[in-house]
Amino acid sequence: MRVEFHNLSKRFDDNRTVLEPMDFTDDIHTLAVIGPSGGGKSTLLRILGGLITPTTGEILMDGAPISRDESALQRYRANLGFVFQQSGLFKHLNALENITLPLEKVHGYSKKEAIERASALLTRFGLENDAQKHPAALSGGQQQRVAIARAIAAKPKLLLLDEPTSALDPEYTTEVLDIVDELKNEGLDFIIVTHEMGFARHACEKIVFLCEGRLMEYGESAELFGNPQTSQLKNFLGKLLEWNV
Amino acid sequence: MKNMLKHLFCSNPGKKAHPAAAALNLLLVCGLLTAIFWLSLAAINVAFDFSFVVTFRTRLWRGFIVTLELSVLSMLISLAIGVLSALGQGSRILAIRYLCNIYVKFIRGTPLIMQIYLFFYIIGTAWGVTNRLLAGALILSIFEGAYIAEIIRGSMLSIDASQLEAARAVGLTRVQTARYIIVPQLVARTLPALTGQFASIVKDSSLLSMISVIELTQTMREISATNFRLFECYIFLGLLYLCLTLPITFVSKRMERRFDYAS
Repeated sequence: MRVEFHNLSKRFDDNRTVLEPMDFTDDIHTLAVIGPSGGGKSTLLRILGGLITPTTGEILMDGAPISRDESALQRYRANLGFVFQQSGLFKHLNALENITLPLEKVHGYSKKEAIERASALLTRFGLENDAQKHPAALSGGQQQRVAIARAIAAKPKLLLLDEPTSALDPEYTTEVLDIVDELKNEGLDFIIVTHEMGFARHACEKIVFLCEGRLMEYGESAELFGNPQTSQLKNFLGKLLEWNV
Repeated sequence: MKNMLKHLFCSNPGKKAHPAAAALNLLLVCGLLTAIFWLSLAAINVAFDFSFVVTFRTRLWRGFIVTLELSVLSMLISLAIGVLSALGQGSRILAIRYLCNIYVKFIRGTPLIMQIYLFFYIIGTAWGVTNRLLAGALILSIFEGAYIAEIIRGSMLSIDASQLEAARAVGLTRVQTARYIIVPQLVARTLPALTGQFASIVKDSSLLSMISVIELTQTMREISATNFRLFECYIFLGLLYLCLTLPITFVSKRMERRFDYAS
């Protein structure tokens, strides 16, 4: 998918600037957004996902601008998949209903079609025995797998993942990242905000490095990790490697 | 031996006791309560005579029905008042927000009996509501509505912003979000506390006897004033209220379990 944005910036109501004006144009299959906490990664992802509106600038997805009109935004969001860091599942619905609700109400599936599609996805992600469980009864890793199943159920053009493994115990991280990698191999494009540098380096083609609200570096992941240009990225990667096994 | 005693008399809170242990301990407690009660009565030389129940059965039945009517009517009106004031407390229009805030604070901060006398003169005399049952139901609803408003406002606050963001992310419209996400979660959080409040309505309706609504308590006061059988009258009165409140408590417990999706 071709992602383009020009002069994009975000300042919150309390005058806190989260994103300094930035430009970007490229064809994206798999993109990781990395950087220190508070650098604006999640904000950028939410803007791309149509969940918050930027203060300045415009965004084009495959050449089509993201509107600021709410009903157009609704359609735009419906055609994307979004996975949150945590508690993105509807707490009062079980795993199956979490997937079928948007299929029925937003995408016009019949009840039968929705259940078929949802069950197939749950089975595929190894959750066939957990379909009737509410989120509180699922482990963090299972919750994120359901969340991914819900996000891809309506076959979105692009999947956005906001630190999908940050709230998980380390042993669950792999099961979630494996699924994302598998989806990549099937041709689904995604943008992921992540602290899992191994995943960013080996599973994502391209990397954006955000620091203090600025888009500091962008490029092929091998290039970026192998030959960081800015002192901030060198510093960031250096800190991450300090305690590596 | 010690172990057996433990099994007979103890069970961890929140766990169901063994049926035999439950029966034994229930019997013990009931026996103890009866004994205390009986000894107290013996000390003041009272012998029970419940024959008035048969004599006054029509009046008692009528009083029971009036209490039931008062309660049901007040539940409906107070629920409406409660929902509106909970919404009003979150309103952007300042006058509405302050009005609802003052209403809730005033009602929750003053005794019901004072409100009954005060409102009876306002609602009854100034507004010309001559039907005492209706006036009583209105007064009770104004009182309980403030508590219901707090219950509903509390559950509104407890709805997670992440749930609303997730609803937007999957492409639900505002109306769909309200219908499929907010209302179901609100109902689940509100119902258990709300049924508890309904039990309070039944009990609080007894205070309307102060303005001569001939409900159950007032009926019993009148009967006991003629036959002087105070003990029997008020014991029987308590039993009749239990007939109304225990089913509500039971329903409340059932709902708590049914809507307990958070654990």
